[in-house]
Formats: sequence, C-alpha cells, structure tokens
Amino acid sequence: MSKQVKQLDRVIIRFAGDSGDGMQLTGDRFTSESAVFGNDLMTLPNFPAEIRAPAGTMAGVSSFQVHFADHDILTAGDAPDVLVAMNPAALRANLGDLPKGATVIVDTHDFTKRNLDKAGYTANPLDSLGDAAPGHPMADFNVHTVDLTGMTVEAVKEYGLSRKDAARAKNMFALGLLSWMYGRPTEGTEAFLAKRFAKVPDIRDANITAFKTGWNYGETTEAFAVQYEIKPAEMTAGTYRNITGNLALSYGLVAAGVQSGLPVFLGSYPITPASDILHELSKHKSFGVTTLQAEDEIAGVGAAIGASFAGSLGVTTTSGPGIALKSEAIGLAVMTELPLLVIDVQRGGPSTGLPTKTEQADLLQAMFGRNGEAPVPIVAPQSPGDCFTAALEAARIAITYRTPVMLLSDGYLANGSEPWKIPEIADLPVIDPDFATTTNHGEGDDAEFWPYLRDEDTLARPWAIPGTPGLEHRIGGLEKGQGHGNISYDPANHDLMVRTRAAKIARIADSLPPLEVDDPSGPPGQGKAKVLVLGWGSTYGPIGAACRRVRRAGYHVAQTHLRHLNPFPHDLGEILARYDKVMVPEMNLGQLALLLRGTYLVDAVGFNQVNGMPIKAADLAEALGTLVAETEGIDLDPAVFSHPTTAPADHEEAPR
Amino acid sequence: MSTTTDLGVPALRSGTESVPTLDAGAPAQTGKEFTSDQEVRWCPGCGDYAVLKAVQSFLPDLGLRRENIVFVSGIGCSSRFPYYLDTYGMHSIHGRAPSIATGIATAREDLNVWVVTGDGDALSIGGNHLIHALRRNVNMTILLFNNRIYGLTKGQYSPTSEAGKITKSTPMGSLDHPFNPVSLALGAEASFVARTIDSDRKHLTSVLAAAAAHRGTSLVEIYQNCPIFNDGAFDAIKDRDTKDNALIPLVHGQPVTYGVPDADNNPTKGVIRDPSTGGVKAVDLADLHGEDGDHQTALDQLIVHDAHNPDPSTAFAISRLTDSGYLNTSPIGIFRQVQRPTYDDQARAQIRSSQDAAPGTPTDRLTTLINGTDTWTVV
Repeated sequence: MSKQVKQLDRVIIRFAGDSGDGMQLTGDRFTSESAVFGNDLMTLPNFPAEIRAPAGTMAGVSSFQVHFADHDILTAGDAPDVLVAMNPAALRANLGDLPKGATVIVDTHDFTKRNLDKAGYTANPLDSLGDAAPGHPMADFNVHTVDLTGMTVEAVKEYGLSRKDAARAKNMFALGLLSWMYGRPTEGTEAFLAKRFAKVPDIRDANITAFKTGWNYGETTEAFAVQYEIKPAEMTAGTYRNITGNLALSYGLVAAGVQSGLPVFLGSYPITPASDILHELSKHKSFGVTTLQAEDEIAGVGAAIGASFAGSLGVTTTSGPGIALKSEAIGLAVMTELPLLVIDVQRGGPSTGLPTKTEQADLLQAMFGRNGEAPVPIVAPQSPGDCFTAALEAARIAITYRTPVMLLSDGYLANGSEPWKIPEIADLPVIDPDFATTTNHGEGDDAEFWPYLRDEDTLARPWAIPGTPGLEHRIGGLEKGQGHGNISYDPANHDLMVRTRAAKIARIADSLPPLEVDDPSGPPGQGKAKVLVLGWGSTYGPIGAACRRVRRAGYHVAQTHLRHLNPFPHDLGEILARYDKVMVPEMNLGQLALLLRGTYLVDAVGFNQVNGMPIKAADLAEALGTLVAETEGIDLDPAVFSHPTTAPADHEEAPR
Repeated sequence: MSTTTDLGVPALRSGTESVPTLDAGAPAQTGKEFTSDQEVRWCPGCGDYAVLKAVQSFLPDLGLRRENIVFVSGIGCSSRFPYYLDTYGMHSIHGRAPSIATGIATAREDLNVWVVTGDGDALSIGGNHLIHALRRNVNMTILLFNNRIYGLTKGQYSPTSEAGKITKSTPMGSLDHPFNPVSLALGAEASFVARTIDSDRKHLTSVLAAAAAHRGTSLVEIYQNCPIFNDGAFDAIKDRDTKDNALIPLVHGQPVTYGVPDADNNPTKGVIRDPSTGGVKAVDLADLHGEDGDHQTALDQLIVHDAHNPDPSTAFAISRLTDSGYLNTSPIGIFRQVQRPTYDDQARAQIRSSQDAAPGTPTDRLTTLINGTDTWTVV
C-alpha cells in the first residue's frame, strides 16, 4: 500500500524512557541518520544524575530530543512535535512539554497497574482514547498506542534470548519505526549495531532485526498513514560530521598540542559533565597526550601546572565544584605566569547542585574566584562544534601570554550535538611556544636569566623550561620582583606587579578580532535596531532563534555574542553605546550583566533562567519583542512572539 | 666529595639513569655551584641550615647536569629550600608539591625531581597527595622535614606533635594522636622509606644518595630541630649520653642492634619478633645470652633487617618502635627499598608504544581523527 508523503521543513522528536531503555543511544542513532541525510540539527540529551534510578519511576526518566530541519537551525527546539514514550513515567514526565496537536507514540506494554502507580497515575491515561473528552490527559494529542515491547519480543524470538534480553531491543524497534516515518537512511545504524555487538551475535542479530521490523511495521501498518519528508538543508560546502561539545573540545585540545608542538598533559578528576573529555583524551596517546586521573581536583590542576613548568601544555578539566577546589592552584598559575588551560563544563549549582543539567552560573567564579587580584582570561564556546575552535583559542592565549585560561563550556554544549564542518588543519592557527633559550639580562660574565623580564608588546614573561642550561631559576607563589623575579615584599613592587598582571590580561584584547553585530535591517553599523541582545556561551542558539522570531514579526533587533569574557573585545563599549537598550539573556541571575554594568555603565536588561535547561526561544522572543516594542514605542501584543497553540508551528523560524 | 655510610642497600635500577650527566672530562661540580645568590632566611640554629648544606654538598655527587635538577616545595619554613639552590625550582602552595612534582616527573624523563616538604605540609594539608604519590611510585625524592611543630605560622601543634602538647592553639594540651611518617609511608606501600637526622651529616648524606639512586618515590623523613617553637624535641636521640640507647640504626642484612656498647664493644640491645603481638620489640641482649653468656646466641635471635622484603609488615613493625610521645627511641636508616614499576615510566611507555604504532605525521593523523567515520560532503 502506498502511503501519503507530507513535506515538513523541520521536526522536533523526543525519545523518552527509563534510564535502562537506551534512549540516549536511540537518539544518537537517529541524529546520525539525520546528519548523514543532510539535515541541519541540534540535540538535547536530558538524563538523571542517578545511573539507574528505580525502574519505572519519574526519577529514572531519560530523554533525548533532536530537532532537524531543511534549513539552518540554532536550537534543539522548545517543544517536541513527536514524543516517543516507552513507559508511563516517560509519558507523564514529558507530556507537559508538548504543544496541542503533537504526536505521541506510546509503548503500551508497561501500562500495568504497578507501573502506572510508580509513575503516579491513578488511572490509565490510555483508557478511552477513542472518545477522549475535554479534560482527558491525552485529549489534545494525536496518540498512537503500540505494543513495541511485545512486537519486539515476537520479532526476535528466533535468537533464543531471554525475555528480558529480547525486550531490551525495543528501543531499536522504536528507532526503526521513527526512521521509516521520517525517511531516514538505515545503513549507518545497521553497521553500527553490527560493530557494537560483534562479540555477541545473538544480541547483534536481535537488535538489527528489531530495527528492521520497526521500519517494516511503519510501512505496512494502517496505524501510521503518513510518512514525512524533510529535505536536506542547504549548508556551506565542505565535509561535515555530527559532533558533541565534549568531543569537539577534546579534539580541540589534541589539535592545540599538534599546532603548538607541545605535548598535552591533562590532570583531571572525574566529574559530570566533564569526564568525557578525560575519557576521550586518554585514547590519544599517539599524539603525545598524557592523561593523569588524579587523587582529587587539586592534584589534577597541580600536576597540570607541574607539566606546564616542565614544558607541556598543562590542562585540567572539571565542572564548577572542581573549579572551587582548584582556585588556589589557579592563583599559583597566575602568580607563576605559566600556561594552563582550565576547562569548566558548567552544571547546575551551587554545591553538588544539578550534576547532569546545564547552567552558566560559574562566570563570576571564573572571573573572581581567587584570592587577591588574580585576573584570568575567559573564553566561551557558543555551540557544540565551536568547542573545538574555542579550545584552540584558549591554548593560543595561554601559551602566548603565559597565563591560565578558563574555558567555560556547559552541560548543554557538552552533551548536545550538531553538524560540524570539519576544518582543514592547514587553516588552524599555529601557536609558537617561544621557549627562552638564552640569558636575557647583562652581558658576558654578568649575563643572567631574569624570569620576569617581560615582552614589551604582550607583557608575557619568558618561559624557560628545565633542561635549558644557564637559565636555572625559581618561581613560586610569593610575590616576585619585576624583572629579576626574586622574592619581593617591597610595597611599590607589589603594586606594580598587580597592575602589570592586570595589564597583561587586558592586552590580550589587542589580539582579538572586532565583534560581529548581526542586524539584517541595514548595512553593517547602519541597522535600524534600537535594541541589542548580547549573550555568551551556549545561549547563542536560543538567542539567535529568538531574534529570528522577533524579526519575522516585523521588528528590528541586533545581536552579538561574546567568545571572550575577559578581557572584553576593544569595541564592545562602543557597540553597547549604539543601542537604546541592551538585553543580556543568561542561564544565571545576571552575571555577565553585572560585569557589563560595572565596566561600561550600561543599563543591561537581564533575561535570566536557571532551571537547568536551555533557554526556550519562544520565551526569550516574547521578552525581547516586548523590550523592542517598549523601546520603539510600539503598542503590541507580545503573544505574537510566544508559543503558538498548535504543532508543528512551534518551531524556530527560518531566517529571512 | 661527601663521605657516606654504608647502609647495606645495593642499588637497583637507578633513579637518575635517564637524566643527562656532565660531559666526560668536565670539571667536577662544587656545592657552591648549587648555591643560589639568595640570602638564606631561616632562624639562627634552625636544623634546615644543616640539611641545606648537606644537600648542596651532596648534589655534585650525582654528576647530573644542574639544569636537569628540579626542586619543588609547598609551604612552610622548609619549603623556602628551592630558593637557595641554583637549580630549577618551584615554591608552590600548601601541601600540593607532590602533585606538581608528579606532573613534572611524568612529563619529563630527563629531570631529577625533588620535593621538599614539612610535617604540616606533607602530612596535614597535603596528606592526600603524599599517600597517592607514594602509591603511584612516581620517580622523585621527597624530603620530609619533621620538626613536630608549625614554625612559619608561629608555634601551633603539627600532625606529628605528641598528644597533650601545649602550644598556642592548644593551651590545655593537644588532643590529636600523631602520625608516624614512616609508618604512614609504609602503609601507603611506598617503595623507598627512610629516616635520618639533620645533625648527622654522614647518615643524612648516605640516605640522600640511596634515595636519589632509587627509581620510584623515595620518602626521607628528616628529624629537624626547630630552636624557636620546639627546641629540644630530638635531644634524646642527639645527645652523646643518651643517643646510643635512643637510636636504632637499620642496616640491610644486619641484625638490628643498638644500645650503649658493653666492655667488649658489643651492642647491648636488639630487636626481636614478638609472637604475642605479631610485631617486634626491643630487648636487652643480656636477656638473650643464655646460660653460656654467648653474644652470638643473642644475635642469632634478632631480626635481620631486610629492606628488600616485598612484604612491608616487618618494616612497619620496626617503625612502631618510634615513640609517639617525646622521642626517646627511634629507628633510623632505610626501612624499605623495593623495586616496582614507576607511574611515570609506565605512562611514558604507553605513549611511546602508541606513537610507534601510529602511522603518518601528526597533522595527517589529526585530520583522520577529527573526520571520524561518519562524514558527509556538501558541494
């Protein structure tokens, strides 16, 4: 039977199930299929901190959202068009996020009294669907009830697996069904399963069979009448792959080693959501990368500082709680002026906070979280793939200016993924470590090495590594005399050194490109926007998507995004001054806004959300649109920017 | 050239074998070459002076290139040490020197790495790093200056102070039970553990030589007098009148004996196994002589010190002969020296074998790496 094929420009799908149901894998595979198909996409994995919370409970629900489109998109989407729910808890936990008219595909197998109780349902929400009256929990949705587990077990019975093992392949059945619905290519997933389960042929064959059966079910059943087509997106020419932030960051660190000729030395202590970087780098010993899993966070950064002193590119990776522990050692690196990369994959705080959720609330910790005047440059990536470039940039600054550099990623970037245009190595910056090899003060018999005699342009001190004859010297946490570097308690010298360390970091701005301001209402610098929206880090996607909504509604807004949080680019003050209003969306209570107000006396308007999730484009668009309207004196209903009432219109708008 | 005592421990794979040595025919180094131009600022009479002098005199014995020697310290009086040596050095932060030295030693096979620390730095704020350095067996030598007090912060009790000690922070006596650094290190399965005394240049130098020659983490506890805040803490083991009965010298392969010599110049005390506790105990040899009064009969019953015993139990038992209160008895010498693979050698071996197995230039391999296996091309 031939089915109707509908064209869509974009879809948001959320796979949700128990932590043990393999939803992250399912989402990953669907993402890879979509990437290879050529759609633009963004993903949002969302999982509990507990490895295996009690099965069937709300606490154990794990989900993976993927937004894919035939055009350039910026976020993983606000609200799913399609929810795949593998049990009652997954349904209940996610139903509230769905817009009216959304499609829900439910595995009915686990809708037993016991599992309904665990999920907190007093009545089965799948009962009397046919004549669902208003007020029925499923009344607003297009619901498909399918016994995914039962059909999976039936399909794989020839492999003689236990019932439990057979049922575990249900995620591949679901993947097969969704792959049919959206016309995804299937070869990649089959090859993936063949490789992943190569050592257990029964499991391998069961998973591949479940996947194919899911596809065939979609094609033959009358329950699914429509297949959807989302054409490939137009993208800049080049070779692409799908990549997560943590992987891109790891590759960026390997690339920094290659491009500087320095061995990379990672000292790290496992912590969510940063551990993936430790795992990944431990695989790349062939690039001369050393990874030390230290006894604690402090030892991790300590070993990295030692390695930097010895001539490696010292790196430490962690999340906010780890930064708190490393603070004193980062101060030592400030004082000794050694290159060091400090990677903070931010998560919800304070304290242990929300380990698996995202937040941007470590900015002020990165900026000020040390004793004394201890300036540290801060770099932030804006998308998963951008983590690669940001890591290289952080390494450039650290090596050139002999300073620790803080790189602020976050949980959303770390685990989220997007298509990434793979750069040519020849296009990457080359970083010169410029080791000191000769004495730099005095002549003849009086020739000496002065470890704090600075480069006039950068104010960086020379980096002389052990093994270099004649340059033996001592550094440390005590204040050093300018130039000769001996311990100095002289008041005037301390004042000079404090100002010099600050000036050195400020001078990094000399090496930064001008900010790019996006305002399509006019040529560069002559746009009509009166409102500027300024962000940093992973809010780039939601901010861009919100700007598109506002512009599509006919209003003007300018956007710029900061990669460098310290120092700010030279032209930031002048840009801020051009606009009547500046909005600063952040996943914190206004940390960048505080810095902007303090630095530029600008009345930054915050848009702040700290719920552990990325900002929703629709929410931000409403706030931004309202500010634009106020600023321009327009009387409007802010609802024009906010959530529409029917799916699938709740998508971020295509650019115009 | 310093004089040394034979501690009876043969060298295994050398701790300095991958460090560049002086060119053949180059003039021998002097202690003066290792002395920096910085004014030494410890209190008059501080035991640190003696240790500094001993180290400065000893370093030329290694015959290593000076630029390949690195001293790392934490915080405390003793941690100023690197400033006074004309080598590479880092005076770091409180307790963290072992972690920094771990990074240096792992990153560079060609460096001879030393850590200088104190009882507060190594055993209190940095206790975690110390035990993990010992466990990993990173190739470096840790000199732990133990004066059983906090000096730089002006006289609080330390983690090696005797219980009940009256100090500025414990006017009614400290409540903490002290650590025995040697017992702690043996418990962490350190591969080299020794104890020596600031004022015994000969013994100190011998221990330094053995520690430097050891491949792995060498922990050397140095009893060091603080004349300002804990003067006299080691008098019993230093005074001519009492030291023979207070110090139990350990010599590999020899029965453990000590005590004021008798008329035949034989030792009068020794250490035997104590079946009642499973440990060891000190006894008067006269009690072991038997009816014929034969000294050899007594010696035959003593423990023969075996620093190479892979099982640290006996070494630990011997370390328990150290007084935890005022120091009236203490074994000194090399408690344990066993060879086991070092963390840094193995880390470098993993990297080398991975590099040997990897074809192509780093740039080519980087291209392959970042491309991965699932790519698509947009034209």
